[in-house]
Amino acid sequence: MQTLTQRLANPTRFMELSARLLPWISAAAAVLLAYGLYLAFFASPADYQQGETVRIMYIHVPCAWLAMMVYALIALSSFGLLVFRHPLADVSAKAAAPLGAAFTFLALLTGSLWGKPMWGTYWVWDARLTSVLILFFLYLGLIALRSALEDESAASKLTAILALVGVTILPIIKFSVDWWNTLHQPSTDFTSTVDPSMRLPLLVMAVAFTLLFFAMHLKAMRNEILRRRVKALRTQAVAGRDRLAAQGAE
Amino acid sequence: MDLGPHAAFIWISYAAVTVTVTGLILWLIADGRKQAADLEALERQGVKRRSSSPGVR
Repeated sequence: MQTLTQRLANPTRFMELSARLLPWISAAAAVLLAYGLYLAFFASPADYQQGETVRIMYIHVPCAWLAMMVYALIALSSFGLLVFRHPLADVSAKAAAPLGAAFTFLALLTGSLWGKPMWGTYWVWDARLTSVLILFFLYLGLIALRSALEDESAASKLTAILALVGVTILPIIKFSVDWWNTLHQPSTDFTSTVDPSMRLPLLVMAVAFTLLFFAMHLKAMRNEILRRRVKALRTQAVAGRDRLAAQGAE
Repeated sequence: MDLGPHAAFIWISYAAVTVTVTGLILWLIADGRKQAADLEALERQGVKRRSSSPGVR
């Protein structure tokens, strides 16, 4: 019996399935996002210490969560490519990289905008902020390395190796607030560190952003599959013309 | 809605997320349309995938 990953190994089957799933995931993300924004602005209180700026948390935490989750997904896809040679693993890794870079950028930016009124500074070179900045550079490195190499197979393997080496940054980010002194607050624990009145909006926004990412990732994967089909057809067309030219010359 | 003395920080944060995410979505839609149009143009020229099945994009 085939596993789900084996069944999805066929790009044509993936295109059929993703075409069916994409509208539902997008709609669910949009509805949850609207509900989350309502909760964030109208149905949650200001913090007793941070005041209204706590509302930045409802976008900062989901972006930071996605920054790490997307990298873990890229590392998993890279493992799938290098070990199992799964045909969609490289498509998944390539499609996720720009999205991960965008969410990491947003986590840094919103964190910085939250930091100024709370800490008195936009930036400090402490462990949490610096390790997330390194994650952002890792994303840019993955994108740059892939576009620097013309041979797609070599580019896939090299970016997969870089992604797997870079995965060591994830535990450093996660535990940086425990291992070193930092201005950043400890990791968000939904059950104890967030007041119940703020837990629901944060949870709804986190799920909404996660669904939003999966919708964009599916769309980006579909685009990448189409791009590879176009490239294959162009190569096929050129090879056909060369064959005809050779036959004509004989 | 009164967001207090730091309202600008809150609005800029939400605006940055909105602009970036909207930009990503528009880019993905435009890229998808371009790839589909390129594929259709090639197929119209008679270049067919060996494993192509009708109606699958």
